Amino acid sequence: MMRRFSPQSIALSLTAPFVAAVFGLGVSSIALVITHHSPIDVFRSMWSYGTEIGSLIEMVNLASVYYLAALAVAITFKAGLFNIGVESQLRLGALFAAWLGAMVTLPRVFHVLFILIIAATVGAGWASIAAYLKVKRGVSEVITTIMLNSIGGALSAYLLSQHFQMVVVGSNNLTTKPLPESAWIPDLLPWLAKLGIEDVPGGGPYGLVFLSIAAGVLYWFIVNRTRFGFDLRASGASSTAAAVSGVHPKRMIVTSMLLSGAFAGVAMMPVLLGESHAYTLGFRGGVGFTGIAIALLGRNNASGIAVSALLFGFLEVSARILELDGIATEIYVIMQGVIVLRQVAAYEIVRRYRETLQARALAKAQVAA
Amino acid sequence: MSEVAVELRHIVKKFPGVVANRDVSLTARRGEVHALVGENGAGKSTVMKVLYGMQRPDGGEILVNGKQVLFKSPAEAIEAGIGMVHQHFMLADNFTVLENVILGSEPTKGGRIDAAAARERILSMAAAYGLDIDPDALVETLGVGERQRVEILKVLYRGAKILIFDEPTAVLVPQEVDELFAALHGLRSEGLSVIFISHKLDEVLRVADNVTVIRQGATVAEVAAHDVTSRQLAELMVGSDLPVAPPRTTQCGDKVVLDVQHLTVPNPGARNLLNDVTFSIRAGEVVGIAGVEGNGQSELIQALIGLIPSSGTVVFNGTDISAEGVAHRRDAGIGLIPEDRQREALLMSSPLWENRFLGHQRTAPLVRRGILNRKVARTDSEQIMREYDVRAPGVDTAAYALSGGNQQKFIVGREMERKPALLLASHPTRGVDVGAQAAIWEELRKARDNGMAILLVSADLEELIGMSDVLKVMLRGTITATLDPAATTPERLGSAMTGAAA
Repeated sequence: MMRRFSPQSIALSLTAPFVAAVFGLGVSSIALVITHHSPIDVFRSMWSYGTEIGSLIEMVNLASVYYLAALAVAITFKAGLFNIGVESQLRLGALFAAWLGAMVTLPRVFHVLFILIIAATVGAGWASIAAYLKVKRGVSEVITTIMLNSIGGALSAYLLSQHFQMVVVGSNNLTTKPLPESAWIPDLLPWLAKLGIEDVPGGGPYGLVFLSIAAGVLYWFIVNRTRFGFDLRASGASSTAAAVSGVHPKRMIVTSMLLSGAFAGVAMMPVLLGESHAYTLGFRGGVGFTGIAIALLGRNNASGIAVSALLFGFLEVSARILELDGIATEIYVIMQGVIVLRQVAAYEIVRRYRETLQARALAKAQVAA
Repeated sequence: MSEVAVELRHIVKKFPGVVANRDVSLTARRGEVHALVGENGAGKSTVMKVLYGMQRPDGGEILVNGKQVLFKSPAEAIEAGIGMVHQHFMLADNFTVLENVILGSEPTKGGRIDAAAARERILSMAAAYGLDIDPDALVETLGVGERQRVEILKVLYRGAKILIFDEPTAVLVPQEVDELFAALHGLRSEGLSVIFISHKLDEVLRVADNVTVIRQGATVAEVAAHDVTSRQLAELMVGSDLPVAPPRTTQCGDKVVLDVQHLTVPNPGARNLLNDVTFSIRAGEVVGIAGVEGNGQSELIQALIGLIPSSGTVVFNGTDISAEGVAHRRDAGIGLIPEDRQREALLMSSPLWENRFLGHQRTAPLVRRGILNRKVARTDSEQIMREYDVRAPGVDTAAYALSGGNQQKFIVGREMERKPALLLASHPTRGVDVGAQAAIWEELRKARDNGMAILLVSADLEELIGMSDVLKVMLRGTITATLDPAATTPERLGSAMTGAAA
């Protein structure tokens, strides 16, 4: 009998990520040995640096952004679509949120809400182009979102340099006007202090870590507990069965793409409201793509994605120490890549084993009946 | 003629905790079509996998041409002249027939594929066995029946003298079945042995010389096909007397539940898929649609549930629903048993309880204010499993793990639970074994007696005649005849379906 939460099924679901992590370590060890470094030393220094309090805070901050981006990707995966355009959706969302957010002064709560709504709307709006083309013209969203990434990148550069820029005398950094303080979200250092954690180098965890957590809970609830989520998953699992059951396929494509775009749009908000307070030339790129890998690793599951986002954050932060030893920090990218690949394969193996178990249980039931 | 080609003696195959074959014996002679019949899960496929080297037996003997053998892999079975034509074709669509046939055992000349030699051999094989095929046609352009011939040629090309066919007619339309049977006779007259797995008993009796019946993993009888009726075979399969369908004693009501006027499904640039179809169904009435597959029955169901655009009017319970979509029609009280259960009626990798929602996402108490009620779904599914005898470990079992018959029972149960005013039932017992078929018929009769209107589309003429109160024959998208099932026979219905006579 395969119960949902039997010890056996829990063990099986933990097997795949564990195997993946071990394999990731293995392959990156080979890369290190080839480049004449001792894997043990490297992993030891990564571990000791990565577990310092300052690094852990950075890990959480990175993860809060990655998490939102990965949720955006996961929504479309659930619907059987693939939104590769999270990268440009979050970029445009952040740009417009920074620009419009700096033009108004509002009481804090409304100001923050105003900015979040703008970011979500712009992200959804940008994603709607791909949704429209898919529904009206049958163009694959994979192609259009990739193309919209290039267009979005160029568009944001043009808008920033030609229209949204605040000219700072004596500086050649392009930046929007900083947000007024009513839109700043303070970090969580005071909370840490209450917990007895002090002497933190650098900043604390972003206040909007809570936005990420709330988004995760919302995602879980929508996908698993609502009719909309069921329709979404049904469309992803079998578009024909979904249509026969009464799900309107085109409506589903549009809603899931818009929802995904909205999640993507707010992805950079923890950084914008908590640290940078402006959109600048140095806007961090690649978050949307990392989000794809994290969504895959987390099996599109709210808690799985959270663990993956933290793992990716940890690897990235802890690898920074390697620069001091003259080791290419990109070793963490190798690890991340191998882990994702391995996870996909390991998951497949575990899935097949599960199927065998079910088939056996079934055969027993038939003979018994 | 009577030389033994393959003999299985007391085969035992155990899986952990389960015995799939307890004691299966089978003897197939040269120049014989030998059928292997049994209910879903009786162990037909397992014993054939043992013969084909895909599974190792835990007991018993296999003799090929009088010599005892033990195959470790299908490659060794092929070596010994045993070939398997699978139910699901394994062909490369973008290759030609010739390329598919020689794939993996290409004849070479000077290091290059000798296409000329291969073509010659394929053509001579095709002529000898009556398998009509163009070796240079692309497989993607071929129909199902032709693809099956390619599979047969593949097996013959590898020198098979003993051919196993795993439910070969499941995917074929009647004309293709005729062609297949002609080919099987060709193989037989050339002295090959054919082992034919099926649970369609009328087909078995048409094509086979001898029949081995297995029940719960053991051989229960071997009979000559001309000595038995399909009813006797069915009783051997289930091990008890089949219930006889009582003639209908109830009357259908007067209330018109479904009224269809001039329903037409256009097909730009070609003949309408559905052309000016007009009929109505009263409460408690079963209207049967007979027709060779592909004559508009699928489109009729799809248009009635709102999946494809159509013109004309559809009035359900007095309301014109012609402009409404699938969700509205289902919620208004139209139930649907789709023709392709795996693609249209199930989320294959989801557990049964989750499949309970499918098609009923907008029905309280299953879903209230947009929130799924998982508890109700689970208890409902448990009830369906009990009442419809769905054999599975529990509601957490994924749909793919169930046999086809059990999937179908779950689907039928799910639709009946809601007591729809109208049920569109497309091939409700296709691929279902005899026992389950009788149970599904019984449920449909009960529902009908309680006033459910049923539109029954089926390829099983006995089912149509036995269940329907009135029969409509469809040909090329049009209703060409209306028959009284009490006054017709499968033969007369069959000729009406092909347009020979009404």
